[in-house]
Amino acid sequence: MKRWIAFWNILVKDMHAYYLKPPNISWGIIFPLAWTGMFFIRSGSGLESVLELLPGVMTISILFGTTSMLSVTITFERRSRSFERLLLAPISLEQLMLAKTSGAIFFGIANAFIPIIIAAFLVDLSGIAWPLVVPAIILIGIVSTFLGLFIAVSVSEVFEAQTFSNFFRFPMIFLCGLFFPIISLPIFIRWLSYILPVTYGVDILHGAINGEHIISFTLDFVILAAFCIVLFLLSLRNIKRKWIV
Amino acid sequence: MKLSGTPAIEVNNLIKRYSEVVAVNDISFQVNDGELFGFLGPNGAGKTTTINLLTGLAQLDAGTINICGIDCTKNPKAAQHLVGTVPDESNLYPELTGFENLCFCAALYGMRKNERQKRARELLDTFGLADAANRKFAGYSKGMKRKLTFAAGIIHQPPILFLDEPTTGIDVASARQVRQIIAELHRQRTTVFLTTHYIEEAERLCERIAFIVNGRIVRTNRTVDLLKPIKGKNVLVLSISNSATELMGEMNSAFPGYQFQSTTSGQVRIESAEPVSIGPLIRFLEERGIQVTEARQHLPSLEDVFVQVTGIEAGLMMKEKEKAGGGGNQ
Ligand SMILES: Nc1ncnc2c1ncn2[C@@H]1O[C@H](COP(=O)(O)OP(=O)(O)OP(=O)(O)O)[C@@H](O)[C@H]1O
Ligand SMILES: [Mg+2]
Repeated sequence: MKRWIAFWNILVKDMHAYYLKPPNISWGIIFPLAWTGMFFIRSGSGLESVLELLPGVMTISILFGTTSMLSVTITFERRSRSFERLLLAPISLEQLMLAKTSGAIFFGIANAFIPIIIAAFLVDLSGIAWPLVVPAIILIGIVSTFLGLFIAVSVSEVFEAQTFSNFFRFPMIFLCGLFFPIISLPIFIRWLSYILPVTYGVDILHGAINGEHIISFTLDFVILAAFCIVLFLLSLRNIKRKWIV
Repeated sequence: MKLSGTPAIEVNNLIKRYSEVVAVNDISFQVNDGELFGFLGPNGAGKTTTINLLTGLAQLDAGTINICGIDCTKNPKAAQHLVGTVPDESNLYPELTGFENLCFCAALYGMRKNERQKRARELLDTFGLADAANRKFAGYSKGMKRKLTFAAGIIHQPPILFLDEPTTGIDVASARQVRQIIAELHRQRTTVFLTTHYIEEAERLCERIAFIVNGRIVRTNRTVDLLKPIKGKNVLVLSISNSATELMGEMNSAFPGYQFQSTTSGQVRIESAEPVSIGPLIRFLEERGIQVTEARQHLPSLEDVFVQVTGIEAGLMMKEKEKAGGGGNQ
């Protein structure tokens, strides 16, 4: 019980102190809006392309929402040393890191629904397989948060975390099949797509929204879940090794 | 939970290296239940590193740590619920108010909402911060930050408290207030591990003191016992125009009852069991072309003990040199 009081309050504090602040809310809303608008206008091929673009835009919203939040809640707090306070608290490192990442996960999931809401005004969404989309959004949220965490614990400075996370985020837009299928990538870089977790999430979204996917849903979900677990455990190991020296 | 007679903190042969630097070099000590224990040492001695090792913020290279009988060597988290820490730098959340910061820290220890708020208000009062309770921590002055950080460290009423230089960087009045709070915590039988480089603070507050220099504990004793050898001693400090280091041997033989030490350049310290008579000393120095600009009677304190104990090598070397030099001339 005591541990959950701590868990809950860490989450609430992050929400209160970072997530629900005007700059972040606007970042969370404007950024996906901008991407959505840009792609919908750019494609210019009529409203039917909205559904084709939706998986990519949703994924970008999640990816940028979660990773940018983590750099504040973790890298920044570590630099200001307030993170030490959390390390001194009588809760396990696992629970602490889950508390610190849940906020980012919720933020990412919420971001994913912004393009969906916009799309709902433009096209008919009744053909979408929601029972697949919702868990996929949740898993993409978790996996990109843990990827961000993994990046945050691999570096020591805020600016490094940002550079490093951009190093991952931008190529992922092209490598993970967000806007064009990975089949169209040159064969010698296609293997990169398969080692990036987001590929599998995007595959589910494409399948559930447009009916086109290249991997079975079950395999997609299993691989995504495995990535979540592995990235989280690797991050914990890095925290123990690099932050508690 | 606590076994009677079990030391609150027991450390054996603790070693911590940072690449080349041995920050903590084979230290062992015990802090008894309810004791106010001081860790006194200069910058870079290894005080903060020791606290980090004991609280689980750093990983030890060798040795064992027991807190309230719980072996924390392998699992530093095991005793964290019993421990409060006040770090050497304020590390609360700048975007939260003083009150919110305290409530948040209380929540980290699983305190319930009513309890948290009550205790936060209580502490804001104790530290004289009630008026600033709803201001953001970022806008606090340095001293206010320090005090709130202290309050955050004791919000959950820990039986063991680590204080890392709690009065460094704050004004005299605030420092006095903080010392009073420490003394009060001690009266309530909180075990306190306090690091400081203020000798006077250690002397005034601590029951027992360890001197730490270069990662090694050079002496641990009860404060009264540390002070015993200098009790009743008379100490005179002369400020002089130029160095008298080479005269030390001559002075020692001219005034056999006195002990001479040339401390920093331009000062001579004279220690004696009898009151020191100044006249002959001044005459002696002036005959050798040295002007005495000031003579000051000095009440011996822990500082003298500290200088004696930690300056062992320098002192010895000086004496050896004098002996060799004196022997050669005669
Ligand atoms: N994280 C670290 N990495 C490398 N060296 C370190 C680290 N922490 C401490 N040290 C070194 O260990 C030694 C002891 O440092 P420590 O901070 O424990 O001293 P201290 O007694 O607390 O000093 P101060 O009075 O200045 O606070 C120093 O030489 C310091 O440079
Ligand atoms: Mg220190």
